[in-house]
Amino acid sequence: MDFDLTPDQKLFRATTKKFLDTEVPLATVREWADGPDGFARDWWARGAELGWTTLLVPEDRGGGSVSDAGLLDLLIVAEEMGRLVSPGPLLPVNTVLAALVDAGGHAEEIESLVCGRAVGTWAVYEPGRGWSPESPGVTATPTDEGWTLSGVKDRVEAADQADLFLVTVRAPEGLTQFLVPRGAPGLRVEPLWSLDLVRRFGEVHFDGVAVPAPALVGRLGAAAPLVERQRQIASVLQSAETAGAVDRVFEFTVAWAFDRYSFGRPLASYQALKHRFADSKTWLEACHGIVSAAGRAVQDRAPDAAELVAAAACYVGSRATEIIQDCVQMHGGIGVTWEHDLHLYLRRVTVNRALYGTPEEHRRALADLVIPSEGVSA
Amino acid sequence: MSTETVEEFRLRARAWLAEQMPRLEDRDPGLDDPENDRASWERTKQLQRILWNGGFAGIAFPRAYGGLGLTPEYQRAFNAESGPYEMPLRINIPTLSICAATILDMGSEQQKRDRIGAALRGDELMVQFLSEPKGGSDLAGVVTRAERDGDVWVLNGAKIWSSGAYAADYGLCLVRTDWSVRKHAGLTMFLVPVRAEGVTIRRIRQVNGSTEFCEEFFDDVILPADAVVGEVNGGWAVASRQLYWERTSMGGGSPYVSGQGRGAPAAAGRALWDLARSVGRLEDPKVRELIGESRANHLVQGALVRRVTAGLVGGHLPGPSASMTRLFHAETDWRDSDIRLEIAGSAAVTGPVGQHGAGEVSELSLNRQAGSLGGGSTEMARNVISERLLGMPREYAADRDVPFKDVKQGRT
Repeated sequence: MDFDLTPDQKLFRATTKKFLDTEVPLATVREWADGPDGFARDWWARGAELGWTTLLVPEDRGGGSVSDAGLLDLLIVAEEMGRLVSPGPLLPVNTVLAALVDAGGHAEEIESLVCGRAVGTWAVYEPGRGWSPESPGVTATPTDEGWTLSGVKDRVEAADQADLFLVTVRAPEGLTQFLVPRGAPGLRVEPLWSLDLVRRFGEVHFDGVAVPAPALVGRLGAAAPLVERQRQIASVLQSAETAGAVDRVFEFTVAWAFDRYSFGRPLASYQALKHRFADSKTWLEACHGIVSAAGRAVQDRAPDAAELVAAAACYVGSRATEIIQDCVQMHGGIGVTWEHDLHLYLRRVTVNRALYGTPEEHRRALADLVIPSEGVSA
Repeated sequence: MSTETVEEFRLRARAWLAEQMPRLEDRDPGLDDPENDRASWERTKQLQRILWNGGFAGIAFPRAYGGLGLTPEYQRAFNAESGPYEMPLRINIPTLSICAATILDMGSEQQKRDRIGAALRGDELMVQFLSEPKGGSDLAGVVTRAERDGDVWVLNGAKIWSSGAYAADYGLCLVRTDWSVRKHAGLTMFLVPVRAEGVTIRRIRQVNGSTEFCEEFFDDVILPADAVVGEVNGGWAVASRQLYWERTSMGGGSPYVSGQGRGAPAAAGRALWDLARSVGRLEDPKVRELIGESRANHLVQGALVRRVTAGLVGGHLPGPSASMTRLFHAETDWRDSDIRLEIAGSAAVTGPVGQHGAGEVSELSLNRQAGSLGGGSTEMARNVISERLLGMPREYAADRDVPFKDVKQGRT
């Protein structure tokens, strides 16, 4: 979280926090874990009313931000959601919205996503393949009326809950994206299992799905900049959520270290443990720092945005599991019980670490960015 | 001048640098050989003089003491432009960013005018006389003493780990002036002329061949009353400020640093991809992950420094927060050292006679811990973070609230 929030952002943060605290406390998260969707549609629509879906959409297209930097406003929501391992398709809906806004058109779909009536998601991963949005195997074959989509996407967030799929495909002209409604003939969703209790994923089969011309998002064969934008938005939102989750776990683990006594003194008085808390505190502040830097760069569409986003994703992703696992260790046996909330957070950050690029994938992407640019000047 | 925006300043700096500052690629490589250390210091002063004459010295120091009186943004803009040029990097730590910064906060009007001005002009260098041979982390436990003799003070004792003392002109020296009170209450900070009678300097040879660090012995060194910085027996307040600036500098957050980097030897600056290519491993995915990891660490470090700096300036974070950047900096250094070894493999430790090649990375690794020792150990940083940021109980200290003369100084 940035220190220099505007008064409006502070108010927005407080409102979001209060809404989450009241509506989806951890007890509710545990309850919703048993439902099919992981969240309630009417609850999501109320979140949309608070602004969770408007921030990346300009006012003249039915949206609106809190400050003049909508993505930074949205990171506030992501972080607060991380602090409570909240349910809800914040990342997929906003990623789709960012793409539709950049691409132009699709006014009706934007309106339905903004008001929370519809849920959208990005179908990008494919079975057996790593994080490579720019080289999809799903194909779009031209027909007289439009295109036919064939292939399978998986690890699609909120797939079984989604009404709209933003599908990244390979057309004869190159990288292309379509917005496909849930009811399209030939489109089939198979739910997948998930480590997270309330975050659902699914496999989406496209068995000769016919899509008409208006389904095209952006230009045919020229989706690369849009896809890059989507991966940056998705990644930085995920990093912010993870940072929020770690922040909250660290907070209650520090409190635990003061309250818990062994050999007549608090855990917080043992230097061996104090030093580990110092490490975690430093890493946590570093996570906040890089999320802010990446968020600002994506907001400004700065030239170093891709690099900062990748740095945030690999650093926050790998440190988060490390810090929370150490917090489990600090708690002792209670930390590995179902009853304690720690595992809810550990599940969330472990899922986040693995999706929209693993730390290893982001590091290789960083190397790709570093090596040619410095290589030229050598 | 005062109405010049950061961007205007940046453009003016860019043009001036191109015209006046020597290009980095033209730097005499012999200057980075430890054997030529004196020449390297002389070159540092020369370069600082160029900055001074061009009106770009001490951008964030007040005008009254020779600076430009501008905000740190101006210095950062200048630094961003200075990359391709040979800058006086060695004057940054400790002369400008620690010693001059401390004098600015705690010194007398005369000390500020004399010492900060001389440093900015490239006339003088400063050094820290803090650690002692008997102990480093327990700084307030110093036993070097100064005793009053009429109008003057008489200094006796020894200091160690001062960087480049032989090339310096003045040292900020923390000594004990009252043994009858608890340890923090009996300290005084002095500005000691390095070439005063009774000062003996011995250079220490390190594992990497560097002889930059020194040990000093003080035998009846006479100091005038106006050599005191701050109050007599108020030396801990001065030292605390000095430690703050040291943490800030070591973490990369000083507003007084001019140029990029700390004057690291060329090998440390060698790009990882260049090393990987030299050992034929540039296409190895594992090696590429390591290269990306290092880049991420540096980007995160920069972001942490900006966050902590903003937090300190805005009052959102307490002063000891600079210990986090200090700790992070050391971790980044460690990881880079390890990554270099991982990439170089066996080429780091043996190879054809006469071709050192990747061997420089293992030589550097011998000095891996320097970054977590110099500027206060990372263990102390962790104590500070846990105790003063997280509020955890302080470590037990046998010398707390005891007159210092009664504190045990060794096993006997």
